[in-house]
Amino acid sequence: MKRDKTKVRIETFIKYTELMKQLVVRDLKLKYRRSFLGYLWSILNPLLIMLVMVAVFSNLFDRSGSIKNYAVYLIAGRTVFEFITTSTNDAMRSIIGNASLLKKVYVPKYVFTLSKVTSGLVNMVFSMGALLIVMVFTRSQFTWHFLLFPVVLVQLYLFCCGLGFFLAQANVFFRDIQYIYKAFTTAWMYITPLFYSIEQMDGWIRFVIEYLNPAYYYVKQFRCFVYEGCLPDARIFVGGCIISVVSFVIGLLFFKKSQDKFILYI
Amino acid sequence: MEERIMIDVDHVTIRFNKATQKIDNLKDYAIKFIHRELMFQEFLALQDVSFQVHKGEGWGLIGTNGSGKSTMLKAIAGIMKPYKGTITTYGTIAPLIELGAGFDSNLTARENIYLNGAVLGYSRQFMEEHFNEIVEFADIRNFLDSPIKNYSSGMKARLGFSVATVVNPDILIVDEVLSVGDAKFKKKCNQRMEELLANDTTLLYVSHNIKSVLKLCTHAIWIDKGHAVMKGKVEEVCEKYMEAQGLTMED
Repeated sequence: MKRDKTKVRIETFIKYTELMKQLVVRDLKLKYRRSFLGYLWSILNPLLIMLVMVAVFSNLFDRSGSIKNYAVYLIAGRTVFEFITTSTNDAMRSIIGNASLLKKVYVPKYVFTLSKVTSGLVNMVFSMGALLIVMVFTRSQFTWHFLLFPVVLVQLYLFCCGLGFFLAQANVFFRDIQYIYKAFTTAWMYITPLFYSIEQMDGWIRFVIEYLNPAYYYVKQFRCFVYEGCLPDARIFVGGCIISVVSFVIGLLFFKKSQDKFILYI
Repeated sequence: MEERIMIDVDHVTIRFNKATQKIDNLKDYAIKFIHRELMFQEFLALQDVSFQVHKGEGWGLIGTNGSGKSTMLKAIAGIMKPYKGTITTYGTIAPLIELGAGFDSNLTARENIYLNGAVLGYSRQFMEEHFNEIVEFADIRNFLDSPIKNYSSGMKARLGFSVATVVNPDILIVDEVLSVGDAKFKKKCNQRMEELLANDTTLLYVSHNIKSVLKLCTHAIWIDKGHAVMKGKVEEVCEKYMEAQGLTMED
C-alpha cells in the first residue's frame, strides 16, 4: 500500500513536469517580452546597481584595499543573494497567486512553488552575463574553478525550494508574512558579507555571520569558484549541503502537512 | 449486467470553518489568541453523502443555491479533500468547473492552449497532435497570436471548452459553464457533450436548468443543505424536486 502511494506520487510528478516547464517558460517570456530591452535588462540591472555600489562602498569599506577587485567581489555576492530573495519572494506568493486556478482544477500545488524557484534559477544564470562582463572588463583571472559554479546552484536551489515551500504555505494562512519577510530579507542582506568582507567583522557578529547565516555558505562557495579561483573549505561545502537538504525537507514537510487546508483559505 | 463503478462516493462529509471573522494574518491571530477569541465554528457543507456512479451514466446534481452541489463536484475533482469518508474515482477526469481557469491573459492563444493543456495534465505531444482540432472547434484561427486579454469572454469560454474536451475523458464534470457563449456555440457544446456520452463517458452535471438535466442525464441526486435527499432515476428525482420547490415540470 505504501509502495503504491509512492509510485502514484512519482507518476503524478512526471505527469506534471510539462506544466512546470510551461510555467517557467511563461514567467521568462512575460518578463522579457514586456520590456523593450528584453533580456538586456537582466544584465543591465545588476550592472547599474553594481556601479553605484562600487562608487559608494569602495570608498567606505575598502580604503585599505583589503578586497582586491572589489567590483567582481560585489557582483558575485549580489548574484547569489538576489537569487535567494527573488526566488523565495516569488515562491511565497505562488499559492495565493494561483488561487483562482487551484479552486477549479486539481493540480499538485507544489508545482507552482517549484516553478517559481526554477524561473529564479534560470534568471540567475542569465544574470551571470553581467558577472562575466565585469570580469572581462576588470581583466580578472579565469580559472577552471569557474566551471564548478553549478555545485553551488544545486545547493542554492534546494535551499530556496525548502524556504519557498515554508513561506508559501505560511502565507496562505497569514498574509502578513509577506511584510515580515520583507523586513527580514533586508536585515539578512546586511548580515551577509556582500559589500564588506568577513575579515572586517569581529566578535559575536562574526560568529553569527560565519556559522549561522545560510546565505554566507553559498556566497562564500560561489566566490571561491568565480572570484578567488579556489576550492571552498570543507566546512563551508559540507555545511552548505547539509543546510540545503535540511531546508528542503523541513519546507516540504510543512507544505505537505498543510496543503489540504489551502483550499479553505485561498 | 452490472457496469463498472467509475465514481464511488462513500459517506462523505466536508467541513468548513465558518468563523465569524476571517483571520488571515498573524497580527489578528495574536490579538485573538491573547483575548482567547479564537474559535472554530464548524460548518458542514456536506453530511454523510454516498452514491455510486457506473460507467456511461450521466448524473445530475440538483438543489437550491448553497446546498453543496459545487462542493460535491470539487471534492470529486480532487480539489477538496473530504473531512470524513472517501471518494474514489477511476480513469481520467476532465473538469469543466470554470472554463479557461489557468489562462494567462498576457499570453497569446497559442501559448495558452499549451499552458492550459499542461494544467489539465496532458502531454506536450498530445497537445501538438490535437492543436488544430482545438483551434477549429473554438473557431479562433485568425486570433491565434494575439494576447488573450483582447479576447471577448465568449471567445475565452470557447477556447477553454475546446481544450478541456479534446480528450475523451472517462469522467466529465460540468458545473454550469455553458451559460456563456452564443446560441451557435452552445449548440456545438451540447453536441460535443452528447458525443462524449455516446462514447461511454460518465457525466456529472450541475445545473439549475432542469430541462437540460433531464436531457443529458440518466440519474440524479438531490442535495439539500448538505444532505442527500433523494437519488435515483432522473425523471423521478426531478419531479420530486420540482414539487418540493412548488413548481411543475412545465415551469
